[in-house]
Amino acid sequence: MKYIDEFRDGVLAENLANSISIESRSDRIYRLMEFCGGHTHALSRYGLLSMLPENVQMIHGPGCPVCVLPIGRIDLAIRLALEHDVILCSYGDCLRVPASDHLSLLKAKAQGADIRMVYSALDAINVATQHTDRDVVFLAIGFETTTPPTASIIMQANDAGLRNFSVLCNHVLTLPAMEAILTQPGGVPLQGLVGPAHVSTVIGSQPYQAITTRFHMPIVISGFEPLDLLQSILMLLRQVNEGRADVENEFTRAVTSAGNRKAQAMVDEVFELRDSFEWRGLGSLPLSGLKIRAAYSTFDAERRYPNLSYISVQDNKACECGAILRGEKKPQECNIFGTVCTPENPVGSCMVSAEGACAAHYTYGRHLSA
Amino acid sequence: MNRSKSAYIRPLDIKNGRVEINHGGGGRASAQLIETLFVAAFDNEYLRQGNDGVILPLPPAGGRLVMSTDGHVVSPLFFPGGDIGSLAVHGTINDVAMMGAKPLWLSASFILEEGLPLADLQCIVASMAQASKTAGVPVVCGDTKVVERGKADGLYIATTGVGYVAEGVAPSGDSACAGDVILLSGTIGDHGMAVMSKRENMEFESTIKSDSASLHSMVADMLATGAKIHVLRDPTRGGLATTLNEIAKQSGVGMVIDEASIPINPTVAAACEFLGFDPLHVANEGKLVAICPAADAEKLLTAIRSHPIGIHAAQIGEVIKDDSCFVQMKTSLGGRRMVDWLTGDQLPRIC
Repeated sequence: MKYIDEFRDGVLAENLANSISIESRSDRIYRLMEFCGGHTHALSRYGLLSMLPENVQMIHGPGCPVCVLPIGRIDLAIRLALEHDVILCSYGDCLRVPASDHLSLLKAKAQGADIRMVYSALDAINVATQHTDRDVVFLAIGFETTTPPTASIIMQANDAGLRNFSVLCNHVLTLPAMEAILTQPGGVPLQGLVGPAHVSTVIGSQPYQAITTRFHMPIVISGFEPLDLLQSILMLLRQVNEGRADVENEFTRAVTSAGNRKAQAMVDEVFELRDSFEWRGLGSLPLSGLKIRAAYSTFDAERRYPNLSYISVQDNKACECGAILRGEKKPQECNIFGTVCTPENPVGSCMVSAEGACAAHYTYGRHLSA
Repeated sequence: MNRSKSAYIRPLDIKNGRVEINHGGGGRASAQLIETLFVAAFDNEYLRQGNDGVILPLPPAGGRLVMSTDGHVVSPLFFPGGDIGSLAVHGTINDVAMMGAKPLWLSASFILEEGLPLADLQCIVASMAQASKTAGVPVVCGDTKVVERGKADGLYIATTGVGYVAEGVAPSGDSACAGDVILLSGTIGDHGMAVMSKRENMEFESTIKSDSASLHSMVADMLATGAKIHVLRDPTRGGLATTLNEIAKQSGVGMVIDEASIPINPTVAAACEFLGFDPLHVANEGKLVAICPAADAEKLLTAIRSHPIGIHAAQIGEVIKDDSCFVQMKTSLGGRRMVDWLTGDQLPRIC
């Protein structure tokens, strides 16, 4: 695969691993957080963790869209499908997230709810066009990467005058979550952050400057390929060793300083900030989520179905997803990891998505902690 | 004068007709469908007897019977490189062959949905008959039922296979030993990605073809070498990763495979990359995994590679002692990670 294999070259990887090993000082521990679930997955899938020196530790961050969605938001989607008889369109990752009353979207489907897995936001519009006699709701989740497509379909639905379509919006923002991680009392001390890849293609590298300045925190924006990650880890180690705290961009082939202005404009056209949004693990964070602007309110499921008020639900007491999402605990430190909680029967959301820290460790890394 | 009418019966309108409920009623319409479509295509001495069952000879002294069954629900019914008919033949033949047996007879049970175009049914039956003929394994008995429109998805086919296995031949999932090596007969993921390329909402242009094929002649060639084969299995649903995990668990061993040695068609790799699939989890329908003592590996590999559908065969790893029964992989990048069972259903109705 041209343009992909080049970023998975074993010889270059070995060289980079050697450079990391030379750069890491044995009297130091480097705790680096990869914010993004895509990086968590790549670190595990390519076996990169086994190539790092012991004192370079990767702490998994909260950047997994499915993981940070609290139970109450999934409950809303289930209620829409079961009580309002809508066709609920969802990305596949959300289907197995445990919700209240021992339900998940997949279990609600088995009970008769019409829940359809879609691969893109556009598929949801197609479902609505094909079923004009039914209400269709798209369960929109994700950080800045998936927000522009949602904005785009809402604008399309508006232009087409589609009356049977709405969106249950759960879009969240990266920077408030980063800030929450770095200000969390009792949080794990971090020496550097691996910045998100796809999110940064949209928002650009510039916005992270506020974080590095405020927290004196080195950030390297990294691509998702294994060599990207190794290179970014090396760049972070250099910053730490030199006492610098800069925003550096390793993913220059896709990320610019200003980001994708067209996508930003679409998002701005359709969405506005919520006063507050509840995150799994991080609690309610002010100005951390998006809602649909009044001009597009007919496409806002939360306004269209008035008795659909959000109810916050406590996580399962035994589940450590919260602490894991904050980087305070490792998946294997959770008492129910791999026993009560497995990918087949997940208790917490981190065991559901391939980007979740628990699922990644369970699937790719159990041999390291056996 | 009493003139009896000629025994003309209006033939089935295969070009424009569809399966109707009365085609499964057991009456004349059923008989006509069976005669016109099934018996004509599968014709053999056993079917011609027209009985409810079939009498088959016992294996020669010392030999034993092997039996296996498989339901086929693949969607779509036609995909590049095959269709539900050929798949129903290959799938069951392979299950029998993986026991080290020579498959001899098949049964086929059809659940048809009212409204299925007869032309489609004829195509599928013809393809099934062709696969059975090529494999030399006849369909010797069968059944047809029709369910109302909306109660099935075109048609489902269940096939059962019976074969003989010679004395002393007993490959089994619980027989892998530390020190054994793992052989794979060719590229992975072709079937799954071929079906995926034709799925509604997922369609993409590609040249990927299903690898659906019978493996029993390859197995016969392997057995003929006299090499010891501890385990034989075809990595279908759940892909190579799931098959290796099943064997590791059954045998109470671990495995280490080498990513760089696993053959994969570049277009399959690209499609998996694009869609976010791990090719290790994607289904195959014409590949086998063999686990054998290291000393026998070369002999077996040569036999597999000499077979027309085994030219890309490779040794992909080894069996190790590991009470956790983990399958690990040296990644092409130089790292090491686990290879786990498939979680959930990557691609529903793949076979």
